[in-house]
Amino acid sequence: MKFIDEYRQSDLARNLADKIGRLTDKPLKLMEVCGGHTHTIFKYGIEDLLPPNIEMIHGPGCPVCVIPLGRVDDAISIALRPEVIFTTFGDAMRVPGSKISLLDAKARGADVRMVYSPLDALKIAVKNPERQVVFLALGFETTAPSTAMTILQAAKNNVRNFTAFCNHIMIIPALKAMLDSPDLQLDGFVGPGHVSTVIGTRCYEFVAVDYQKPIVVSGFEPLDVLQSVYMIVKQIVEGRAEVENQYPRAVSREGNPRALGVLAEIFEPRDYFEWRGLGSIAHSGMRLQQKYAAFDAELKFQVPGLRIADPKACQCGEILKGVKKPWECKVFGTACTPETPIGSCMVSSEGACAAYYNFGRLSKIAQRQTGKTASQAA
Amino acid sequence: MTSHAFKMQSMIPGVNDELEVEKEPNASETTDFTPSPLFERVERARRRKHKIRETHITLAHGSGGKTMHELIEALFLDYFRNPLLEQLEDQAVFEVGHPEGAASRLAFTTDSYVVDPIFFPGGDIGKLAINGTVNDLAVSGARPLYLSAGFILEEGFPIADLKRIVESMRDAARVAGVEIVTGDTKIVQQGGADKVFINTAGIGLIEKPVRISSAAARPGDKVILSGTIGDHGTTIMIARGELELETELASDSAPLNLLVQEMVETAHELNALNGIHCLRDPTRGGVATTLNEIALSSEVCIEIREDLLPVREEVKGACEILGLDPLYVANEGKLVAIVSAEIAEPLLEKIRKNAAGESACIIGEVKAVPQGIVAMVTGFGGTRIVDMLAGEQLPRIC
Repeated sequence: MKFIDEYRQSDLARNLADKIGRLTDKPLKLMEVCGGHTHTIFKYGIEDLLPPNIEMIHGPGCPVCVIPLGRVDDAISIALRPEVIFTTFGDAMRVPGSKISLLDAKARGADVRMVYSPLDALKIAVKNPERQVVFLALGFETTAPSTAMTILQAAKNNVRNFTAFCNHIMIIPALKAMLDSPDLQLDGFVGPGHVSTVIGTRCYEFVAVDYQKPIVVSGFEPLDVLQSVYMIVKQIVEGRAEVENQYPRAVSREGNPRALGVLAEIFEPRDYFEWRGLGSIAHSGMRLQQKYAAFDAELKFQVPGLRIADPKACQCGEILKGVKKPWECKVFGTACTPETPIGSCMVSSEGACAAYYNFGRLSKIAQRQTGKTASQAA
Repeated sequence: MTSHAFKMQSMIPGVNDELEVEKEPNASETTDFTPSPLFERVERARRRKHKIRETHITLAHGSGGKTMHELIEALFLDYFRNPLLEQLEDQAVFEVGHPEGAASRLAFTTDSYVVDPIFFPGGDIGKLAINGTVNDLAVSGARPLYLSAGFILEEGFPIADLKRIVESMRDAARVAGVEIVTGDTKIVQQGGADKVFINTAGIGLIEKPVRISSAAARPGDKVILSGTIGDHGTTIMIARGELELETELASDSAPLNLLVQEMVETAHELNALNGIHCLRDPTRGGVATTLNEIALSSEVCIEIREDLLPVREEVKGACEILGLDPLYVANEGKLVAIVSAEIAEPLLEKIRKNAAGESACIIGEVKAVPQGIVAMVTGFGGTRIVDMLAGEQLPRIC
């Protein structure tokens, strides 16, 4: 396929992996921040190719995984209202709330519909003027502009029965929180690609300057990820800490000014927003600005708004921070499986646990590390 | 891979020229399956007794994935249990004795069709209802003979559309060489069903002493796939108009009974009738789910190679956009055959001569361990597990 297969050539990959191996044999911990990269790493077996001294830590960049239980419950309480058509991206359907998921709510009579874009939700609103159509807005700056555009359109066309339940989050505050976390020792970052098409690479400069860590913004094909790892390791070996862009075919230093403009028009930062496993992070969430309050589902519908603690057994938090590996969680693969997820990391295909469960069971890295963990425990 | 592949990288935007390096001799491509504690823990979870945890039916129960298997094994099988049903094949195969003559081996199956939309490129609900049931019979090695047809119609459904569906069923039955010999009609009020649902049951005769079963795969067997994967599911998604994509794609709905009969004949001529081990048509859940069912039933590992999988460019593109894997997307006229290595090539040759199998190929082979696992050597050089999906997001594709 045009510009797909070209990024998936195995000979190129092996050569790149060998080059990484020749740079250093020092043990290095690199975090891929974005869930899309986690998925790529597992789907293509990239950890099999990497030299044994490079350990990938799977970060918090899966938006479905970091949505806290309380917000899922709020979404379900809106969905269960008889006047509501609740629209959502498909991967949020199975995320467990404290009692049920949206998929269960649908089975109990809630009108929950899967859409591919918020604009589809707006179309449903126009077609069903007697119903209230709510869109579950979810994701980083990657998906936020499409929510913002939809709200602009709804405002322009005076669609009064459309609202968004806004859970949009921002990557930079989360990255900062990770860097400030005392239990986390990382040597470098594979920077998110899709988010950066919107926000650009300039905003990562604090990672290099203030924290002295290399960060390479990466594309999502397997060769992209391998090349980014190469670039990070090369920086470390050469004693540099810089922001580099491996993904210039989509990402610029300044980002996408139009998308940023729309975001600024529609959203404002919340004082605090809770992340599953990471806790409350200042200025990390977005909400609709006062002038678009008519489109804010949180204002239109009463939601419980409760903060609900994660199940005790669930260690999604440690896993999202990369402090624990999925298989070190007690319920991984026993009580928590993709069919009956307890934690959100097991739900989305971008979640680290689901990735290990589905793809990583045979990975040599996992074998080596589980072997190590077992012997350490003994 | 040839050396020109390395020149290509300078044409790929974003990949630095700096990375142009000498080609290394190919590393040995054996798959290392040393089990890890992680692996064992997950395997235990995969094999534990099925239990229904949900209190209500969700769409995941119809997906063809693990949730549906839970419903079948923990509820239907539990209450209806008998040796024929326990085999959980696409059809039941049994002998019907005759006081004065030899017993006949019959195959019996039933299937319901709720596809939405009811008309789509390459077919309609009626054509699916015939071919689906014909194929469920054919993959036991049977010659399908007679079908029943039950219609559940929603009040207000246009007669003209029903006529179109019935015509299409007549034509499909003619092509497959079966007759619809009994039927039923029920009407429900508006909202009681969506337009039209069809159930067909079928009966077929197994003439040659084949022993085809999803529990019959053996290490060393070859895995043959009769053509491109994911055509039907992708066509239905696009036909729903939610994606606003335009393609030339059409459903692959087709009867497989003639193809299977030719394979049985060929194996018979080679004096290797028992070399045909498993035949399945990979519908809901796609090739991945079918191979998982075989790997679990036969207690073997099935290893496939990503670079050998035939996938149309349009299907690849649509799946890429949607984040789907064509391995899990439904087919309605494809055959997965697991056969002993000795007869793989002559069978493949025969399959390719049939219109339904022109692009057939061998996609992998059966290994002894790890049992119950489908593994794939990725085009990128890594290995990964191809598991059954928990539930898929494409309801009502057949």
